[in-house]
Amino acid sequence: MPETAVAETDAGLSLKELARRNGLSASGRLPSLPEYTRQLWAYRHFIRAHSSAKMTSALGNTKLGAVWQVLTPVINAAVYYVIFGVILQAHGDMDNFIAYLCVGVFTFQFTQSVVQSGTNAITSNLGLIRALHFPRASLPLSAALVEIRNFMVALVVLSGIVLVTREPITAEWLIVPVVLVLHSFFNVGLGLFMARYGSKVRDVKQLIPFIMRFWLYGSAVLYPVTRFENAGLSGWQLQVVEANPLLVYIELMRHALLEGAPRANTPTVLWIEAVAWSLAVGIGGFVYFWRGEKGYGRG
Amino acid sequence: MADNERIPTVIADQAHIIYRVHQAGGGSSSPLASFKRLATRTKSANIREVHAVKGVSFVAYKGEAIGLIGTNGSGKSTLLRAVAGLLPVSRGAIYAAGQPSLLGVNAALMNDLPGDRNVELGCLAMGMSPAEVKAKKNGIIEFSGINDKGDFSSLPMRTYSSGMSARLRFSIAAAKQHDVLLIDEALATGDAKFRKRSEARVRELRAQAGTVFLVSHSEQSIRDTCERCIWLEAGEIRADGPTNEVMKEYEAFARR
Repeated sequence: MPETAVAETDAGLSLKELARRNGLSASGRLPSLPEYTRQLWAYRHFIRAHSSAKMTSALGNTKLGAVWQVLTPVINAAVYYVIFGVILQAHGDMDNFIAYLCVGVFTFQFTQSVVQSGTNAITSNLGLIRALHFPRASLPLSAALVEIRNFMVALVVLSGIVLVTREPITAEWLIVPVVLVLHSFFNVGLGLFMARYGSKVRDVKQLIPFIMRFWLYGSAVLYPVTRFENAGLSGWQLQVVEANPLLVYIELMRHALLEGAPRANTPTVLWIEAVAWSLAVGIGGFVYFWRGEKGYGRG
Repeated sequence: MADNERIPTVIADQAHIIYRVHQAGGGSSSPLASFKRLATRTKSANIREVHAVKGVSFVAYKGEAIGLIGTNGSGKSTLLRAVAGLLPVSRGAIYAAGQPSLLGVNAALMNDLPGDRNVELGCLAMGMSPAEVKAKKNGIIEFSGINDKGDFSSLPMRTYSSGMSARLRFSIAAAKQHDVLLIDEALATGDAKFRKRSEARVRELRAQAGTVFLVSHSEQSIRDTCERCIWLEAGEIRADGPTNEVMKEYEAFARR
């Protein structure tokens, strides 16, 4: 049996020195960014399993189960159809306003869900975080993956709506996956950002519904994008309003799926803005989240 | 064992741990009171800081099994979490060889999912590859014994008794090899049969692994598994030494 006492610390060596000599590393040390990315990659199976587990458990106590994944976007579209298509007859001078509206609503919903679930990704999993050791970014990533999957189902529903409203299938449909990738990258970064921010400042959760509604009304989802110009915005003001990332992704989606939908910018400008937003928010969000890695257990 | 042959695996150097607790309904919760609090810049009553561990130092060596004892709320579990790197140290430092793993009964799994899905998820969360998970899954379920009374592994975990889910959690965590193993009250769960099995498993893990820390209120399981004991009281070390001596002191204290 090894004899033990508090006082003996190997012949007067300071504890720090002793740790260094024996190659012990401080627990709670922040890994470097490439190292962290590698760790995260090693946990890809966990991320996938966690996201599908969350999906099953969220729908597990409903009778229809996974059918809701399809039903939710369909009902969503029906609501807008009834209000704007049947009651208000809001098409006005625009043909196929319903499809225009649905593309916007679905694309917006994608970001909205990621922001909501990202904000809760850390705070609602504190038990798991305080019990097991894994790269924390797995949690917001798995939350984002759930929404990416949901959005892919919604896209199928959306194509149906677009076809039913007599839009032709064109070669431009092929850019939908590209837009999806860029938008997902943007959303993942945003989700990571919100996860750290939401775990530090819990009050932000109360503000999110208002911020998202503000964003919704500012992203030309419910009205033609030409309204900005008609409202008398011009010059840099118009530029700022139209650089809104969600507006950019929604416009690209409309550009892909709809013929002759009004656009605020040329596709080239939209593509540049879309890539810039994805990279800036995607990478920025990841770096921001990584820097807080060791503090998430504190609560 | 001579002093210079012993290899340290965990070193705590004046470690302080402070964590924040967000609590609902702490203090007054009327809008007016909250507003007054903001205006006068007093700290929120909803967020309290708990100074759980106050300047703890110790060195743990390879091959040791160390029991952590102390009354409820003395900071034992918090200290383990910090050693595992799950809670950040506010001041001082904790050094460890490799990645210490916490084996707790508190590991939150998904209650809506069946036991076998939780086994997969838990193993993946510990960093196993899918192939490893597949190979170990049945062994884990068998070890936990949840299927002894029918096919429980395909039922959601919320239908389990607290003993059953604790057993499953322990079995998942014990499926992996650890350099430094931290066990939090795990042995106190389950029936006598499972306790025996889990103690045998801990001994096995100890043989393979470097160092074991055990937090438990069961005097017996500490005496059985640990030859060294650290007594923590109100976040400070009261005694550190051979189990018999520390236990005697602790019992004298607890009786008072």
